Parts: sequence; C-alpha cells; structure tokens
Amino acid sequence: MFEELAMPLFDQLFNFAHWMAQNREEAEDLVQETYAKALRGFSSFQPGTNFRAWMYRILRNTFLTSRTGLQATRTVPFEDEDGAEIAVADSGTPEAILIERSNQQLVQDAIAELPVKAREILLLCEVEEMSYQEIAETLSIPIGTVMSRLSRSRKALREILAQKLKKS
Amino acid sequence: MGCDQWSTKLDTYLDGELSGDEMRAFDAHVRDCPACAADALARVQMKRMVQNAGKRFVPSAEFRRKMLTKTSRRPRFAAWAWAAVALLLLVGLSLAYVGQQRSRRTHLFSELADLHVATMASANPIDVASSDRHTVKPWFQGKIPFSFNLPELQNSEFTLIGGRVAYLNQTPGAQLIYQIRQHRISVFVFQDRALPDRLASDSGVRQQLSFNQKTFDEGGLRFFLVGDSSADDISRLAELLEKAQQP
Repeated sequence: MFEELAMPLFDQLFNFAHWMAQNREEAEDLVQETYAKALRGFSSFQPGTNFRAWMYRILRNTFLTSRTGLQATRTVPFEDEDGAEIAVADSGTPEAILIERSNQQLVQDAIAELPVKAREILLLCEVEEMSYQEIAETLSIPIGTVMSRLSRSRKALREILAQKLKKS
Repeated sequence: MGCDQWSTKLDTYLDGELSGDEMRAFDAHVRDCPACAADALARVQMKRMVQNAGKRFVPSAEFRRKMLTKTSRRPRFAAWAWAAVALLLLVGLSLAYVGQQRSRRTHLFSELADLHVATMASANPIDVASSDRHTVKPWFQGKIPFSFNLPELQNSEFTLIGGRVAYLNQTPGAQLIYQIRQHRISVFVFQDRALPDRLASDSGVRQQLSFNQKTFDEGGLRFFLVGDSSADDISRLAELLEKAQQP
C-alpha cells in the first residue's frame, strides 16, 4: 500500500530535495529519511487526504531541521509580509521569451539563488503544479500567504534574471 | 476594473485559481486589452521556463534500487508475517484435529475394551461356538449388514473360538473371539462408514486399560483387535485378518 502510493512520487521528491539541499548526497539522505519517516508514520496517514502534500510536508520539515536547511533559512531570510495581500506585480519581462529559447542554465541558476522559501513555493507551483490548497497543506500556511509568497517569489526570480541578463 | 487591478490578479488567473466568474471576466478582458495580453503571455512564458528548468535532477539508478528495496521491505515482511500466521493457524488446526481424533479414538477404544471385558465376563461369551470359519462366517448372515472373510488358521497358533453380534454406536457388527495360548482376543468388525468419524489406520499396537489394541480398515470394513495378549500376537492376527480380506 505504502509502496504503491509513495514510489510514483520518488522522482519528483528527489528533484525537489535536490533543489532544496543543492547537493546530490544530501538530497538522497533527505529522500531516504522522508521515506523512512513516512513509512513509520503511515498508520497515522488518513486515507482520502492528500498523500502527495503529506510526503512533501515530511520532506520539507526534514530539510528545514537539517543543518543545511537551518543554515539556508538563517542566512537568506524571506519573510512573509504582514497580511495576505498580494503585492502589485511589476510588468512581465520581454526577456523571458529570449531566455527560454537560449539559456535554461540561466534560469536554473536564478532559481538556485532564490531564498529557500521562494524556491520551494515556486517549484511546488510551477514544477509540481500543485493547487494553492495543496501548497497551503504542504507548507502549513494559509492560502492567502501562498498567494502573496508566490507573487513575491516570482518577482524575486524576475529580478535575479534581469541582473543576470545585464551581466551577460 | 482598470488594468492595474487586473494585473494584481494576473498570476492567480494564470494559475487557474480564480473563481469561475472571475476567470470568465479575465478571459474577456485579456482578449480586449493588448497590454494585459502581452503581460499574460510574458508570465506564461516565465511559468514554462521555471517548469522546464525546475525539472532538473534525476535520481541515480542505484539510489532508486536502494529505495525500492527499502520501501518494499515492510509489505514483504507483512507477507511473511501473514504466511507465518497462516502456517501457525494451520498447525494449530492440525493439532486440534489430531487431538480431537486422538480423543475420539481413545473413547472408541475404551468402549471396545469394555465390550471385550463384558464378553469375557459373560457366562455365554459367544453365540456361535465353532473353530470352523465356514461355520462362523455364515452364522452372521442376516444378522449384520455386511460380510467378511476369516483367515485360514491351520498353521498358526491362533484358534477361532466363535462369534457374536456386537453393537457400537447403535451399529451392528461382528465380534470374533480368537485364542492364543491362554489369551483371548476380540476382533470387532464394523462398516467403516457406520462409525462416527473415519479413523486413520493404525500402524502400531496401542495400549488402553492394559489391553493391547490395533485397528485397520480393509474393503470398507473397520477391524478392531482387543486383547490381553502381547502386541506381537495382536499384530500377527491383524495381519492374517487383513490378508484374508484381500481378493
């Protein structure tokens, strides 16, 4: 039962873990620990609730309490603004089209440079294509915070990309 | 609503998280507003970029194998556990069955031992007194619902004394009395199917109330031998009787 539910998420979880830890060995440790914790706590998982969100939540909490996680959140703070109001987003960048076609590496570097909280929410939304509700469950935050944090994360990514484009 | 207000909701719109009404209103606005349409296009491109760039890391085959082994360990253990439980249950049931059989057999043998003792104590232990098997066998005709063969005893130490009708579980059967030296052996013959439960054939001689006993079945008949002679005597007589039944 656990294997049937958990193994289809293996590739995605590993990708997410690698993005978080920024290191293959640590990502493997993280995934391994996540599966071990999930297996141990599987009896407490309530069927019918979101298994994917549950697994990601375990992975994320494991990362945040790891040495790398603690370091990452301490050194690069990305605090949520008070309230759930979405900041007015600046206009879309025409450079985006150019980047997509020419340099995926540039985007990957930009994502890697994002603070952990911004990186994780963007990956959950864009890569994992989670709904706001699922993201809220995974990160244990209200939907309003999901919206505002997403908006700020997108803005931060665009700014990093703009800087990188200027340099190149 | 002005473009600035639409703009704040553009990401939510592109994430498909607006309500149905808002989504429709947004669709209509984007179709009519080139600035918002261009903005939306740029953000969709950005979303795709992040999506493609984000799918970056693939676990190694070795790590995948390792994880598969780890996650499947528990179900495999569960399967083993279930198998063990099933096996234990089976063993338990078998033991209970064997125990039940043993208790039935013990009960049956003690009844037969009683019958043997009662016959020996009786002033008229036999209804047909003859050492001639051709006299004893026909005597049972019409008295019991089956027939059986008696062995030729000319070259053996056994002598046929006679026979009588015996009842076990309200079923009529034959009781034959044989003598060896000063010992008497009762041979009970019943239809196997008339007995409450089928009994396994006995490979050895058992002792009950100091009587030696042996049972076997042949051709749908169940033979019980009870007597105070040696186990060896009982076995030899059983062998003779068994052979006599075979065509």
